[in-house]
Amino acid sequence: MSEVETEREMIERLRAGDKSACAQCVEQHASGVYRLALRMLGDDAEAEDVVQETFLSAFKAIDSFEWRSGLKTWLYRIATNAALMRLRRKTPLAVSVELPEEDGAESVPTQLFDWCCLPENEFATSEAKTELEAAIRDLPEKLRAVFVLRELEGLSGEETAQALGVSIENVKTRLHRARLWLRERLSGYFTELARSHEEG
Amino acid sequence: MDEHNCQHLLGELSAYVEGEASEALCAEIREHLAGCENCRAVVDTLRKTIQLYHTLPQPDLSDGARQRLYRTLNLETLLKP
Repeated sequence: MSEVETEREMIERLRAGDKSACAQCVEQHASGVYRLALRMLGDDAEAEDVVQETFLSAFKAIDSFEWRSGLKTWLYRIATNAALMRLRRKTPLAVSVELPEEDGAESVPTQLFDWCCLPENEFATSEAKTELEAAIRDLPEKLRAVFVLRELEGLSGEETAQALGVSIENVKTRLHRARLWLRERLSGYFTELARSHEEG
Repeated sequence: MDEHNCQHLLGELSAYVEGEASEALCAEIREHLAGCENCRAVVDTLRKTIQLYHTLPQPDLSDGARQRLYRTLNLETLLKP
């Protein structure tokens, strides 16, 4: 059976209220939905709430699933909206679920020290990983949503666009800005580390 | 190379580091990088940044959270250890 046929069968079973299909769907997608929510919200308890909300909403609304995207993309769309709604409640003026596009060129990089040749063990420390996790948490929300879906969850550009309701071009632009933003942010930490090596 | 050229190429760097830029654009960027230390630093550290976040550990739903999820969805009887 092809992947499409398997998914079609799964949707039909979910629509029929088949509990083993619900459990199968949870097993296949709950971890990904959790990681997405955790990266978006930076809080384990809230991420767990979003996972519950996502599957409750999805199973309730399964009859409205329209095959415009795959099941995984549809679940990620529900989860992303739930996470963005929570962020909007926290900072009402800073987040829009509609994710309006920004025009304009990329920010000019200000961190221009080349730290890429630090010894590899410096990149593998728990401090470096904490710095990277913090940088991802601090990404502006609309860049973070694209970044997490595309780069950490491995959705294609088209799937990410479907999950967020934006164009593929918009996904590319935001992903590029997210990468540059993270590079700039990490440069502060690694440049200081490189300079301390030079002085030492 | 002038700042205008740096800014122009900045928008193309993701495509360049992913190997998705056209041959003509790659040639233009390589030529620019040969004479622009700042842009070389940006490209090197952008590549490193991408490499770093791709090696981050993938957190997973805890057993407790999974059990609570099954309970919320009335699926407890299907919960496998």
